[in-house]
Amino acid sequence: MKLEVKDSPGQLVAALKPISDAGGNIQAVIHQHNPDSGSDTLVVRIVLELPEGRLENLIALLKEQDVHIQRIGEERLLYRLTVILIGHLMHTDLSDTIDQIDSTGFAEVSELAMSLPAVNERASSRITIKALSKDDMESALAILRRVSLQKFLLLIEPLEEIA
Amino acid sequence: MIRIAIVGMGSVGRGVADIVGKKDLGIVITAVADSRSGRIDPNGLDIPALLAQKKKTGKCGESGRSALDIIQNAEYDLLVEVSPTNALSGEPAITHIRAALARKKHVVTSNKGPIALAFEELQNLAERNGVSLRYEATVAGAIPIMHSLEHGLAGNEILALYGVLNGTCNYILTRMAAEGLTYEQALLEARELGYAEADSTYDVKGIDAAIKLVILANTIWGNRVKLSDVACTGIDLLTAESLKLAEAEGCTIRLIAEAIPRKNLLRVSPRILEKTHPLVVDGTLNALTLETDMAKEITLIGRGAGSVEAASAIIGDILFISSSHVKGA
Repeated sequence: MKLEVKDSPGQLVAALKPISDAGGNIQAVIHQHNPDSGSDTLVVRIVLELPEGRLENLIALLKEQDVHIQRIGEERLLYRLTVILIGHLMHTDLSDTIDQIDSTGFAEVSELAMSLPAVNERASSRITIKALSKDDMESALAILRRVSLQKFLLLIEPLEEIA
Repeated sequence: MIRIAIVGMGSVGRGVADIVGKKDLGIVITAVADSRSGRIDPNGLDIPALLAQKKKTGKCGESGRSALDIIQNAEYDLLVEVSPTNALSGEPAITHIRAALARKKHVVTSNKGPIALAFEELQNLAERNGVSLRYEATVAGAIPIMHSLEHGLAGNEILALYGVLNGTCNYILTRMAAEGLTYEQALLEARELGYAEADSTYDVKGIDAAIKLVILANTIWGNRVKLSDVACTGIDLLTAESLKLAEAEGCTIRLIAEAIPRKNLLRVSPRILEKTHPLVVDGTLNALTLETDMAKEITLIGRGAGSVEAASAIIGDILFISSSHVKGA
């Protein structure tokens, strides 16, 4: 997100504190004096990770600090899940399998590790999926379950976090 | 003193008899039967002589006395039903248990079939006759899961359960991960060590774990589930490479039985778990995690099979019944 803060001592800290208060994790802070906006403000770009549903809260906290938000960038895919797929992965069109996740718009395959044994033997792969939310991950997993069933692949899911 | 009749003189029956003979537990064996013979002594059988005869001749008593004859005619307070029984048909154990309950005799069994298939009927029969039916040994061997659920966790709502309930599968997966063995190699090793049957289908396809899951679910939630309600995937199609791929992420694969009633979920399937997860136990061990409203998570780990381990569960049941029901003998 891109923030506009007053260019006076303590203001940057004041702008960053609400982020941790809201449960966010700051990954990068980039700031530069913007010649167009005069000398009394500072524009800061912040890259951060924030649990789902906390953004509204953060915006409110920043406003209380008199920090002006210029822009909020795209939400990143925060939920990550790794599965293992076993079977005739190449013969059953692995790129189609991956595309069925990628084409959802809410989830994508971000990592793929494969082990290819002798021809005609079943291959093994480890697939990491990223999704926008827990529900989206559940939907992506449901797609993968359906595709695995259709293509006679063995899908090994992680054991759900015990709540 | 409680008088017991043991039906079934396989490793579990002999294990129980042996411990009853060696320990002063207030238990006396007044009748025994195997598939070919039976023996009755209202004053208590001579256990060392009984076990010696079984070892020598393969029979525990006189030919021509059937198990049902013993169950219906001998003097005893509690039947230990440990006959070799088909877990999918439940027989002959169901017939034996019915006969004993009808005579107002308590029953303790290690047989999964009757509890998975006819739990409600047998439980009702026991209640009508004012006796107990206990089956601690059917699930997770020596782990006192039923006692924990009934007593230690009394008043808790059980929200979910996750378990490693089949030692054969766990042994195979442990060896595949540790030594990079293929499934076939690990299965062969398990057979050589006596951890897997000649026909391993029942274990490796997850059926055994699913039957135990049914028993647990019906015990905890009384939701009348059946084996066919469990979505079941075995371990027989796992590759050595899949375990290596899991390993590279600090994980491994285990066959997990899982029941979450709020999601209507009953499943046995190979799953990826971090190696530090409490359910990642090695070799033939079993493990169970219960998620409850008050106690939160509780994990029990222990031996899932073995003659003395099963005897531990059975004797625990006998002594529980003895202390809560039997007044004098």
